[in-house]
Amino acid sequence: MPEPTPEPEPRLPDAHVPGPARTPQEGAIADTGAGGTMDLATAEGESLEKTPGGPLGTGPAEKPRSLWSDAWRDLRRNPVFIVSGLIILFLVFISLWPGAITWMSPLKCDLAKAQEGSQPGHPFGFDGQGCDVYTRTVYGARTSVSVGVCATLGVALLGSVLGGLAGFFGGAGDSVLSRITDIFFAIPVVLGGLVLLSVVTSNTIWPVIGFMVLLGWPQISRIARGSVITAKQNDYVQAARALGASNSRILLRHIAPNAVAPVIVVATIALGTYISLEATLSYLGVGLKPPRVSWGIDISAASPYIRNAPHALLWPSGALAVTVLAFIMLGDAVRDALDPKLR
Amino acid sequence: MLLEVRDLQVEFRTRDGIAKAVNGVSYAVDAGETLAVLGESGSGKSVTAQAVMGILDIPPGRITGGEILFQGRDLLKLKEDERRKVRGAEMAMIFQDALSSLNPVLSVGDQLGEMFVVHRGMSRKDARTKAVELMDHVRIPAARERVKDYPHQFSGGMRQRIMIAMALALEPALIIADEPTTALDVTVQAQVMDLLAELQREYHMGLILITHDLGVVADVADRIAVMYAGRIVESAPVHDIYKAPAHPYTRGLLDSIPRLDQKGQELYAIKGLPPNLMNIPPGCAFNPRCPMAQDVCRTDVPPLYEVSGERRSACHFWRECLHD
Repeated sequence: MPEPTPEPEPRLPDAHVPGPARTPQEGAIADTGAGGTMDLATAEGESLEKTPGGPLGTGPAEKPRSLWSDAWRDLRRNPVFIVSGLIILFLVFISLWPGAITWMSPLKCDLAKAQEGSQPGHPFGFDGQGCDVYTRTVYGARTSVSVGVCATLGVALLGSVLGGLAGFFGGAGDSVLSRITDIFFAIPVVLGGLVLLSVVTSNTIWPVIGFMVLLGWPQISRIARGSVITAKQNDYVQAARALGASNSRILLRHIAPNAVAPVIVVATIALGTYISLEATLSYLGVGLKPPRVSWGIDISAASPYIRNAPHALLWPSGALAVTVLAFIMLGDAVRDALDPKLR
Repeated sequence: MLLEVRDLQVEFRTRDGIAKAVNGVSYAVDAGETLAVLGESGSGKSVTAQAVMGILDIPPGRITGGEILFQGRDLLKLKEDERRKVRGAEMAMIFQDALSSLNPVLSVGDQLGEMFVVHRGMSRKDARTKAVELMDHVRIPAARERVKDYPHQFSGGMRQRIMIAMALALEPALIIADEPTTALDVTVQAQVMDLLAELQREYHMGLILITHDLGVVADVADRIAVMYAGRIVESAPVHDIYKAPAHPYTRGLLDSIPRLDQKGQELYAIKGLPPNLMNIPPGCAFNPRCPMAQDVCRTDVPPLYEVSGERRSACHFWRECLHD
C-alpha cells in the first residue's frame, strides 16, 4: 500500500521558474489611424489576444467534437450569422452574375435623363450623367467584393506567414519584423493612398489591392505573431517536440490550427474595412477611375448634386454601408463562435 | 549504462541575472531500472530532464557544462537533426498534465499515429491501425471507437494512458516521466503507476521518474536521487533512504509525510524557503534551513561523500545524520 502522500505543494512549472513568462506584447496592436471600422477590427484582435488559452475551454455538456465543428454548430444557430451570411451570399451572387437581376449596361447613359428620379424600369432613378443608378449599384458590388476578397486574402496570407514565422522562431528576425510593422502602422492609410496611388496610371483593381496588402499586412502579422507565441507555450507543443516532431511539423500541425482563429476573425472584419477603403480612395480620385463601376466612384460623382438628386448618392452609399456591416457582423459572429471563453 | 549524466550545468539568463538551475548533476540509469528524482519545485529536476531530452528553451536556458551519455553517445555533441531522431524513438517523455500535453484540435488517434508517421514514415491508415493497438495495450476500453475522439473527451486517467501510449509507441530505451501522476486523483494514480511499471518491465526500459511524491517513489523506484538547488544531495537504493536518510534535507522530506499515528499533531515542515537560484547561499545550499548546520557548512560546498557501495550524500555530517 502506498503511504499517505504529502500534500502536493503549490507548484510553478519548474522549467520556467527563472524567466518571466513570455506573453504577447502589451498593447501589441496599435490603432491604425484609419478610424471607424479599421479600429473596430483591431479592437477585436486585441480582445482575442487577451483570451487565447487554446480551444480547450469547458466544453458544453453534450458530446462536442472539434473546435471547428463546435464553432460551426454555434454559427448555424446565430441569427446574426444567418442574416450577414445571406447578405454576403447575395453580394457574391450579383458580383458573379450581375446580369441576372439587371437588364441594362451600367455604361449606357442618357444625359437627357440626368438626375431624374425613380420611374418604371429604373427603380433607383438616374445619376448626374443620366446613367441608371440601379444597374450601376448592382455592378458596383463586383468591384467592391473582388477588391475586398483579394485584399483580405493577400493580407491574411502575407501577414500570417510573416507574423507566424516571426512568432515561432523569435530572435533577431522577430525584432526586425516588429519594427517594420511599427513603421507601417505609422503611415496614415488615406495619406499613403493619396501619395502612392496618385502615381499609378493603370485602371485595374490591382494597384488598389496591392496598396491595401502593403498597408494591411502588419495588422494581421501582429495578431498572428501574438497567437503563435501563445500557442507555442502550450504543453502539447513541448510534448510534440519531446516526441521528435520537427519544427515544420510543430508549426503546421500543432501551432497553426490553434493559432488561426484570431486571424480568421480579424480578416473577416478587415474585409469590410477594405471595401470601405476602396470606396474612400475612389471617392478621393486615387482609387478606381471611370469607366470602371464602383460605389466609391458613384458616391463621388453624386455628391455635388446631393440637393437635386439625393437618390444617386443614397443608393450606392446604402449598398456600401450594408455590405460593410454584413462583413463586420459576420466577423463578430465568427469571433463569438471561435472564442471558447464566451461559450 | 543506458544513460549517464555527468556534471550537468544549466543556467537561465533572465533580466534580473543568471539563475543557476542545475549545478553539476550526475546520475545514471540502466536498462530496466527505475531512478526516482526527488525534489521540490525549482530544485532543477525537471530542467535536468529537459536537458536530457533536448527540449530546453534555448534561450533563455543554456547548458554550460557536462555530458549526457546515452548508449555511449554524448547527446550534447549531436546535431539538432540527429538529436530529433533520438527523441521519441529512443527516449521519450511523459508529462504531468495530459490534457494540456495533448493537442486539443487533433484526435488522439492522429496524435498517436503521428509517432509512426514522423519516425517510421508509415501511411496514415497504417498509423491509425497502430494507434488502436497502442490504445488497447494501455487498456483503454473500446479503443477502436475512441480512436477518433478528441483529448477533452477522455477522463484524466485515460488521457495519461494515451500519453504513456505515445511515449511507448516506438519502444524507446528510456522513458522520462515528469510527475506523471500529480494531476490525477489518488486511485487513478495507482492504476497509472502500475501500468507504467508493468510496461517498463515488458519492454525492459530505463525509467526516470521525476516526482515530489514520496509515496509513489517507495512503490516503484529502484534508486532515488534527491535534488536540492540544482544539485544532487543524496542518492541511494530506495530502501536505504527510507530506513535512514544520510542527508538532513532527505530527513526533512521524510518527516513531512503525514502519518496516521500522528493524527491531531502538527505536521512537520522544513523551515524556511528554497534558495533563490540567482543567489545560492555559499557553502552547502541547504545550510540556512538545516538543523545540523555548522560553520563549515556555510563556507565549504560538500562533495558527494561515499556512504556505502551505492550510497552518496552531500553532507559534511552524513555520519551524524545517518546514526541520529
